[in-house]
Amino acid sequence: MTVARPLPTTTGCRETPVLKQRGQREVFCGLTGIIWLHRKMQDAFFLVIGSRTCAHLLQSAAGVMIFAEPRFGTAILEETDLAGMADAQDELDSVVAKLLSRRPDIKQLFLVGSCPSEVIKLDLARAAERMTQTYAPHVRVLNFSGSGIETTFTQGEDACLASMVPVLPTSTARELMLVGALPDVVEQQAIGLLTQMGIGPIRVLPAPRAADQFGVGENTVFALTQPFLGDTHAALERRGARHIAAPFPFGEEGTTAWLAAIAHEFGVSQEVFDRVTAAPRDRARRAVAQASESLRGKSVFFFPDSQLEIPLARFLTRECGMTAIEVGAPYIHQNIVGPDLDLLVEGPVLSEGQDVDLQLDRCRAARPDLTVCGLGLANPLEAEGMTTKWAIELVFTPVHFYEQAGDLAGLFSRPMRRRDLLKLEAAE
Amino acid sequence: MKLTVWTYEGPPHVGAMRVATAMKGLHYVLHAPQGDTYADLLFTMIERRNHRPPVTYTTFQARDLGSDTAQLFQDACRDAYDRFKPEAIIVGASCTAELIQDDPGGMAETMGLPVPVIALELPSYQRKENFGADETFFQIVRHLARPVAKTDRITCNLIGPTALGYRHRDDIEELTGLLSDMGIDVNVCAPMGATPSDITRLGAAHFNVLMYPETGESACRWMERDLGLPFTKTVPIGVGATRDFIAEVAAITGLPAKVDESRLRLPWYSASVDSTYLTGKRVFVFGDGTHVKAAARIARDEMGFEVVGLGCYNREMARDIRALAKDFGLTALITEDYLEVEAAIEALAPEMILGTQMERHIGKRLGIPCAVISAPVHVQDFPARYSPQMGFEGANVIFDTWVHPLVMGLEEHLLHMFREDFEFHDAAGASHHGGKAVPAPEVDDLPIVAANNDAPTPQGGEVIWLSDAERELKKIPFFVRGKARRNTETFAQQKGLQEISIDTLYEAKAHYAR
Repeated sequence: MTVARPLPTTTGCRETPVLKQRGQREVFCGLTGIIWLHRKMQDAFFLVIGSRTCAHLLQSAAGVMIFAEPRFGTAILEETDLAGMADAQDELDSVVAKLLSRRPDIKQLFLVGSCPSEVIKLDLARAAERMTQTYAPHVRVLNFSGSGIETTFTQGEDACLASMVPVLPTSTARELMLVGALPDVVEQQAIGLLTQMGIGPIRVLPAPRAADQFGVGENTVFALTQPFLGDTHAALERRGARHIAAPFPFGEEGTTAWLAAIAHEFGVSQEVFDRVTAAPRDRARRAVAQASESLRGKSVFFFPDSQLEIPLARFLTRECGMTAIEVGAPYIHQNIVGPDLDLLVEGPVLSEGQDVDLQLDRCRAARPDLTVCGLGLANPLEAEGMTTKWAIELVFTPVHFYEQAGDLAGLFSRPMRRRDLLKLEAAE
Repeated sequence: MKLTVWTYEGPPHVGAMRVATAMKGLHYVLHAPQGDTYADLLFTMIERRNHRPPVTYTTFQARDLGSDTAQLFQDACRDAYDRFKPEAIIVGASCTAELIQDDPGGMAETMGLPVPVIALELPSYQRKENFGADETFFQIVRHLARPVAKTDRITCNLIGPTALGYRHRDDIEELTGLLSDMGIDVNVCAPMGATPSDITRLGAAHFNVLMYPETGESACRWMERDLGLPFTKTVPIGVGATRDFIAEVAAITGLPAKVDESRLRLPWYSASVDSTYLTGKRVFVFGDGTHVKAAARIARDEMGFEVVGLGCYNREMARDIRALAKDFGLTALITEDYLEVEAAIEALAPEMILGTQMERHIGKRLGIPCAVISAPVHVQDFPARYSPQMGFEGANVIFDTWVHPLVMGLEEHLLHMFREDFEFHDAAGASHHGGKAVPAPEVDDLPIVAANNDAPTPQGGEVIWLSDAERELKKIPFFVRGKARRNTETFAQQKGLQEISIDTLYEAKAHYAR
């Protein structure tokens, strides 16, 4: 067994004033959430009501996935739809009728609002209600907004999950709900660990199929697996469910703290907790130690993207020995990432929102060893001699919980190792 | 409303970005909601650019809606000018901003910026990416180009190459060399690489080379009328088209049509006996109008293929493509719906597809080889190596690119010839080495009704395949199996047959022999 390295002591960053700037934001809109959500919810179809830009965005973000008959599409607004409002509702009905007749396997249809549909105030909520009646009981139609004017990147998932909460049946059972779409393998690991501690029944939102419905009520307790679920958190509390606050399950420490919070809620003894977690904790510690060798003592700068930044910065500073210079997030929900802020090693600038040109100025001045940013900035910064890690991968790749802790550190160390490996400069 | 998954073209403001990113010293202020910055990554990732596109987005959010957005736009404009100090600014709205009616052009003009401000009107709900590029470049030229003294030497402008253009980078180099062989210098290449001050010097050239009608035609027409610059009508993709182009340039300039053909290899490669098996290969051609036009001619006249279907996705080129199809005895497919393209390909069962990224995937699904000839393309079609489409080296590149998937086909054919061999059979997978050998499955009776994925049974075709005929069909190499199935079924229907036996299969084969 490796000797546990003592984690840095910190007074945390909960009280650190947050730098808030307004200006150009280099971020995705919430529509991008569809790309991973549709894989997770196997009988759902996501129909964006928007413009050619929205369709083009989904195509660009989905990459090759677009060719795999995905369960999403865009109803592109045309000039005639903008002319009269009644007309648009009829048009939408006929698009949906055509879609559902072509895809009889669809059980849940999401009408996803976009900037154009929000600006012309197309009432998708009413359309969803009307269609639910038309297609009941076979198909349930819901609505949420993934527009750029209202949502940033992963907030699209939040909006989607929040739209499902009000229609969950009411239940009085004491159940644990895990909230957030995770890769299947990660979800199974989490459920496995909790089950070994005797915790159950465990429900997952979103459920893979509409038929796997479960209830919610005053005896429901829920844990978030992702930090960007502010609206879903609020919607669940409105249904009487209670949140188990915890740091997010990244790295050995984050996973242990997350599991411990749930174990405490369910009265699991320390002895049982240690028996279940000891081996995977040790594995995770070893994997992180190995994968993070090239990260130790290096500095990191986060541009805002997914709201994962604060928990990830906590992991990198505490478990990989990095120094955070700036941690930017599109939104900071103090009550959700609070436990992570408490653990984050003090020092970094915390910023919410963005003026991308000013933030680039700060980044260039600081010359961090590693910059975490979107694909629009990554290559330009590499060309300036900076080392970058593109952030979107952190949303698509399995990174949560013990078994992925080493992989997570590896995602950050690989670009740095690559920089050391490549010898491309001409001889002097 | 129209249900869409794949789009061949982005919205028109992406076309404007392609012009702005191609140029230097120009900045684009785009009134657009948070999220529209996704388009940056097309340039930084697909084209691997080492700088951010010169675009400032206002990125307004829900809380900004109302009178606030106009102020936001003006602030963004002023910040962009102060930071980047461009020689000229273009301003416009994306689809959402078009709905809130802030009039970016009007607002920017009243700000009194010390550089030209060019307003763009790009109707997002009617037009698309190529129109956006063409219109943006036209507006830039119209605002900045003025009559100037001609250069002493004969020079031309290269018009139309943009960022995210399919092989634009290398086409420029190839054409520059070709024209240099004739004693012609390039005055300005635009939009790619040009600054706004370069645009003011366009009139110094003696004529324009219109490289890509999709993105440069409006500007060329305006320069012809207002600056007296004639422009070339032939796009030099393919050997014949390149020679025609050279003759056209000679006619415009009065210079001799003197060029170096010593490195041109397509004609000999195509004439050599190894290429005989290309004769009459049935190809389907789809893409943007310009590349389809060029590819159809190369396919028929320089490769000896049979063009069995052609079409384009950009309506701007519909008239040209319809005329071309008529020349080939075909009906053009003008559509932006990939499902229609897929249906056309399925019905025609060609042996090869020349198309875009979308057709490459359709080909994959249907088991038909495909070569990419046109945008939209992916990162692999912005290669590191020199790979023009235009001129003589372009012809060499095209020969290799098109033949490669077919050579693979020939390899498959050889494998299929040995299909009865114990090592080679459909279930064997890519390799039987390293202990991966799988015994051939027992051949049992196949279902009598044609239930096979090779090609769909034609609509209304009530013909039934007998099991021995179905088995015989399986012996035909996969890349002609679809055609054989289709021909046999058509033949059976014409003869009024209800069933297809082995005899019918061979009767049909004899009937269609060529």
